[in-house]
Amino acid sequence: MDIFMNLTLSGLSTGMMIFLLASGLSLIFGLMGVLNFAHGSIFMWGAYSGVWIYFRTQSFIMAILVGMIMGMALGWLAERTIIRRVYGRHIDQILITTGLMLVLNEVLKAVFGPNIIAVQIPPLLAGSWELGGIIIVKYRVFTIFVGLVVAAAVHLILTRTRVGMIVRAGVQNQEMVQVLGINIRQVFSLVFMFGAGLAALGGVMMAPAIGSINPNMGLENQMLAFIVVVIGGMGSILGSALASVLVGLAGVYTAWFLPEAALAVNVLFMTVVLLIKPSGLFGMGGGRNS
Amino acid sequence: MILQLSHVQTFIEQFHILQDVTFEVPEGEVTVILGRNGAGKTTTLRTIMGLTPPAKGSVQFRGEQLNGLPPYAIARKGIGFVPEDQGIFSDLTVEENLSLAMRKKDGATKTRLQFVLDIFPDLESKLRQKSDSLSGGQKQMLAIGRALITDNHLLLIDEPSKGLAPILVEKLAQAIREIKKHTTVVLVEQNFALASAVGERYVIIDDGHTVREGKMSQLLQDRELLGRYLGITANPKSGKVV
Repeated sequence: MDIFMNLTLSGLSTGMMIFLLASGLSLIFGLMGVLNFAHGSIFMWGAYSGVWIYFRTQSFIMAILVGMIMGMALGWLAERTIIRRVYGRHIDQILITTGLMLVLNEVLKAVFGPNIIAVQIPPLLAGSWELGGIIIVKYRVFTIFVGLVVAAAVHLILTRTRVGMIVRAGVQNQEMVQVLGINIRQVFSLVFMFGAGLAALGGVMMAPAIGSINPNMGLENQMLAFIVVVIGGMGSILGSALASVLVGLAGVYTAWFLPEAALAVNVLFMTVVLLIKPSGLFGMGGGRNS
Repeated sequence: MILQLSHVQTFIEQFHILQDVTFEVPEGEVTVILGRNGAGKTTTLRTIMGLTPPAKGSVQFRGEQLNGLPPYAIARKGIGFVPEDQGIFSDLTVEENLSLAMRKKDGATKTRLQFVLDIFPDLESKLRQKSDSLSGGQKQMLAIGRALITDNHLLLIDEPSKGLAPILVEKLAQAIREIKKHTTVVLVEQNFALASAVGERYVIIDDGHTVREGKMSQLLQDRELLGRYLGITANPKSGKVV
């Protein structure tokens, strides 16, 4: 029983960290229709800059703040200088963001070095609780909590605020939003920056969970995030949250019971969902006009 | 004059759609743009809004040049646009569609909202419904209502009667008569009965050129013009053109 409990907690925790990366991608890819292949690199820059500041201040809150600011700054810069020119042109987006990914990865190696850096869980979040013979790792609970807060906050912003309303309308018909006197490009810049900030938050959160950071972590996790967005449905934050949890649980359970299938399970999962429901579990019906 | 177009030329990709469009719109009247399919009527409205910016010529609104401004900036000057496809955000509720257009939530906006609900009472009971669930006529009412929520001085409406049942076209005509008491209207309309019922002035565009403009009452007398550019002939029994 306790092994199931531990696996479930571990899967939920992993799922929530994937969600932090995927939620940013869902906003950028799902809502704005931008294929950002540099999303994983922004996640990695968040992790590295967060860890860098954590080593100097021993404050995990500072690490989260600095990581997110780094992610948002990179997102803002990328959108303003590169992405803005290729809205609505997917092939160009793939080429230009792949180039950006390579540049960001190489600059990261030049700044922080190419080696693996070990990261400890902050003392306040280290250790575990024992509850009826079940070991509950504190950091896992923390990541689940942060993931749930982010999911609820993004959902509320999208459904209850004017900015969210503009984003939802802009996804359907950008031209018409402009005709109503709204500068949709400015709103999309904000969304892009926010999405990049969430990716960076995911990077900072993941570093202590996996115990190290390395210059390949962006690409490895980016693929998972794309799988999650496809399974959850383009543009659906709640869909991404659910898909992240399912991917996290599937990964952990498969790794325990059928290790040789661990790498294939997520791709298999995505294939099944696409065959049954091509728009994903909670895909938006509206057409994009980007 | 609230709007002046002078020798406007517009390209869409390599196609030279508007080749020489020149006309003026007096304040407080309904001006109807007429012409055959593909003449450039819709492109004229989209050019005014900056959606297909003019390559040459000038578009002036209340004496101010609009050329080069992005659509949102043109809209903020006080021009509302109701496109042919209505541009309704189907995933949003009726209320959200209306509130998206509100730039301020002051007393004047509330008054305008009430005006919209007065001229389109069907919308009031459907405010919380997804706009996707509205009928074609209700969607048209929502599209026009949304453009009226803002303090617009000029309203550009593209083919509002398209696909509507005759009873709804009559309701639409009444609504446009109400709207023109507050706002200048430029209407693109293929339904000549509606156009002549609400329009005070006309502009005929043919093959990207303005060929004639003037008072609607004069056009109704000019059967040669109606026949040549609009394909409208008199009813052989009544002798009336509409």
